[in-house]
Amino acid sequence: MNLPASISEARARLADRTLSANELVRAELKAMAAARPLNAFITETPEIALAMAGESDRRLARGEARALEGIPLAIKDLFCTKGVLTTAASHILDGFQPTYESTVTRKLWEAGAILLGKTNLDEFAMGSSNESSHYGPVKSPWRRAGDNRPLTPGGSSGGSAAAVAAGLALGATGTDTGGSIRQPAAVSGVVGLKPTYGRCSRWGIVAFASSLDQAGPFARNVRDAAVLLRSMAGFDPQDSTSADRPVPDYELACERPARGIKVGVPGEYRVAGMPPEIEALWQRGCDWLKAAGAEVVEVSLPHTKYALPAYYIVAPAEASSNLARYDGVRYGLRVPGEDIQQMYEKTRAAGFGCEVRRRVLIGTYVLSAGYYDAYYVKAQKLRRLIKQDFQAAFGRVDAILTPTTPGPAFALGEKADDPIAMYLNDVFTVTANLAGLPGISVPAGLSADGLPLGLQLLGPAFAEETILTLAAELERAASFTARPEPWWRLP
Amino acid sequence: MSRDASKLVAAASGPWEVVIGLEVHAQVTSAAKLFSGAATAFGAAPNAQVSLVDAAMPGMLPVINRVCVEQAVKTGLGLAAEINRVSVFDRKNYFYPDLPAGYQISQYKQPIVGKGRLLIDLADGTTREVGITRLHLEQDAGKSLHDQHPRHSYVDLNRAGVALMEIVSEPDMRSAEEAGAYLRKLRAILRYLGTCDGNMEEGSLRADVNVSVRRPGEGYGTRCEIKNVNSIRFVQQAIDYEAKRQIALIEDGGSVKQQTRLFDSRTGSTREMRSKEEAHDYRYFPDPDLLPLELSEAFISGLSASLPELPDAKKARFMRELALNAYDASVLVAEKETADYFEALAQGRDAKVAANWLTGDLFGHLNRLGKGIADSPVSAARLGELLDLLTAGSISGRAAKDVLAEMVDSGQSAKAIVETKGLTQVSDSDAIEGLIDEVIAGNADKVGQYRAGKEPLLGWFVGQVMKASRGKANPALANELLRKKLAS
Repeated sequence: MNLPASISEARARLADRTLSANELVRAELKAMAAARPLNAFITETPEIALAMAGESDRRLARGEARALEGIPLAIKDLFCTKGVLTTAASHILDGFQPTYESTVTRKLWEAGAILLGKTNLDEFAMGSSNESSHYGPVKSPWRRAGDNRPLTPGGSSGGSAAAVAAGLALGATGTDTGGSIRQPAAVSGVVGLKPTYGRCSRWGIVAFASSLDQAGPFARNVRDAAVLLRSMAGFDPQDSTSADRPVPDYELACERPARGIKVGVPGEYRVAGMPPEIEALWQRGCDWLKAAGAEVVEVSLPHTKYALPAYYIVAPAEASSNLARYDGVRYGLRVPGEDIQQMYEKTRAAGFGCEVRRRVLIGTYVLSAGYYDAYYVKAQKLRRLIKQDFQAAFGRVDAILTPTTPGPAFALGEKADDPIAMYLNDVFTVTANLAGLPGISVPAGLSADGLPLGLQLLGPAFAEETILTLAAELERAASFTARPEPWWRLP
Repeated sequence: MSRDASKLVAAASGPWEVVIGLEVHAQVTSAAKLFSGAATAFGAAPNAQVSLVDAAMPGMLPVINRVCVEQAVKTGLGLAAEINRVSVFDRKNYFYPDLPAGYQISQYKQPIVGKGRLLIDLADGTTREVGITRLHLEQDAGKSLHDQHPRHSYVDLNRAGVALMEIVSEPDMRSAEEAGAYLRKLRAILRYLGTCDGNMEEGSLRADVNVSVRRPGEGYGTRCEIKNVNSIRFVQQAIDYEAKRQIALIEDGGSVKQQTRLFDSRTGSTREMRSKEEAHDYRYFPDPDLLPLELSEAFISGLSASLPELPDAKKARFMRELALNAYDASVLVAEKETADYFEALAQGRDAKVAANWLTGDLFGHLNRLGKGIADSPVSAARLGELLDLLTAGSISGRAAKDVLAEMVDSGQSAKAIVETKGLTQVSDSDAIEGLIDEVIAGNADKVGQYRAGKEPLLGWFVGQVMKASRGKANPALANELLRKKLAS
């Protein structure tokens, strides 16, 4: 069977009954099985997928299709799924099967979407390469031209990005704390959208850094991302930080003209050592938007250089507290000890990988008496300044255009021993999390060695529609059609 | 804030002043917990009242319970305290099996209620003001059970996440008596407001007691904190023990070290739990799962308008409108149930008489039975009937006391008892005169003494007449008739 290329196409074919949900799911499950060398999934859920497909086909037959009826999705294994192993890619959650469903996935299933499986990620979403997963790294479907070395799919939502890029799912969920949706989307050649903080409920998502975490979709194109977001977003009384405001029809925004929209280009993002091909891509992005009638102007975000240091204080601080619950007492891994203290120590030492341990230690340190003011309080002040930078800029422009990442995918192992180099991957994406703003990454071109590169659009809070309009314009102009060679399929 | 010398503790080297501050943990009266929908009833089977949030399952988020916020604000208003329009919930981080999330959600730098005050009523009828530093909302922890199994500990999370108000006083108290008066008054206010049931046996009200000693007029000494004391008597014992211990330490040339101590109710003593050096670093920071709590003017004024009359106001009204003295008024308002009982009883009757019968006679019976006013076998309406019989002169005061005893034991009404036992007072002059004649005839010697000028014997004659009437004679009438007959 010819797999549909997008959610839009699948919806049309399911609606006119030239394709059944069952056929679609079987084809995806077959592709997933063939793509196991990618290690994109921690858990595949074929029985659940087929049962959900059966329900979708019955509804389609009765003409009662819902917004995402029969659309197979991959779910980042940070979303709790009722009765299905949920690991956060950590040893410490061994065997954990939630008795509850996260709000975002519940909404997706209520819209008729189908669970294919749970995707691999950096442990507790801490990482930019997927290498901190207890289940081993995801291998990117992409390879450099003439080079067989495995590359990173990006992180932390690497499994979701790889699954969508390799055609194993029509869409996927991710979470973005410092760039964990946009960075893997960019280096995997797919669309990734981080909504405004509070747009999607965090209820039932394993927490990394609560004030920064936000769920969002991965998709093959901008319109599909809009369709997915519409079903994922919405107020949730169970999440005190969720926004009580209506969810617009984001799909309509993809049709609107970009003409007259003011787009800012922040000089501070032109960082030292930026590869010329990234610089050139950014310029092309400006030219495309201008050609579509948008107005492109320089803006200043003067505190940008403090974003990464502030992020690496706030995120670990919150994480150190959020991860205290993994103590071996109630669920997951327990390594026995002589007394309770030793049980804690052994369990947490065995259960957490080295990146998670590093961040818990950093977070504990910056919150300690005597250091709190010097680190945590100062980082919060910087965060306010960064937010104010954006407020000032959005007084002049409707959106901001930047590259998503400082470069294309790197090889697995290439930066594994250098946390600072790894953290620099997030340099263009963390600002949106610190300010709580929406951002989207759109595939916009290929690097010299044939790897995808992304452009990022940032908007004011709850201006997802504006950035979707511009993203759709960039997508048309870039006409990015490259697909990875399916090297992973065994002959 | 040095006060009268009677509060000072004498020692070999001279007098010491004891300085006491209390941190009271009061469980908020609410059907659900502070941040989850789980129930809070006392006495449920272990772990029967635990939500996913209370058990800190991955991805669970707290949502503030509006009722608990209302209760905290009401309590703040009842303590004449500042209500903070914006307050912040912080995480207090530490590891313990009965703290599932590894942090307690509390309020650290910005509590919901700021400075207030409380008037304590002392035994001599005087009052004294104790400052309230703050009141904040926080979660209770679960309960670790170490005595259920030789090698394992068990954890019951029913209490985990239950809302507590931590009410912190200024170090304004100077004796165990004042600390006891503070706790009794605070408990009365909480009960009047309905914001905490004040039940110390069930742990709804617990106190951390800060004690230090100093020479009168000097700065504060080093304090020790005695954790989690769960009765007023124990608080007072702990203070007395701790003050003696600290004074002895200093008198022996040593010094007090800042410590957290535990009270042992079996020995009445305190012992070291941990020193200042071993104190936890709780790494407080604002909980990113919760937005700052913002209260509107309308919300606060709505609660303010709904407040009931509180003990101090009630006491003032009893003194002003019912002409009661300060002591009686204090006793009557100490418990809301007593005040309610009294108001029902005093309605249309002499307030002083009502107060005496309630706090003297009925309280005596209740003490004997080990019952509270709420469980009194004699209702206010029933006791009122008895007082009406007395006022109408239908029975004597002496007989009334016997009738009340009978009412307490049998549950019958005063009228029924009076009728059955034929206790109706004799106010018929002829009948009483007959009795008087008999008494005079049988005691010629005493009559002679009286007539010779030993007038105090009149009381003895009245007693004889009452005795002869088996208590039924109207004593006033007997008195009057006796005077006449003895004079003639």
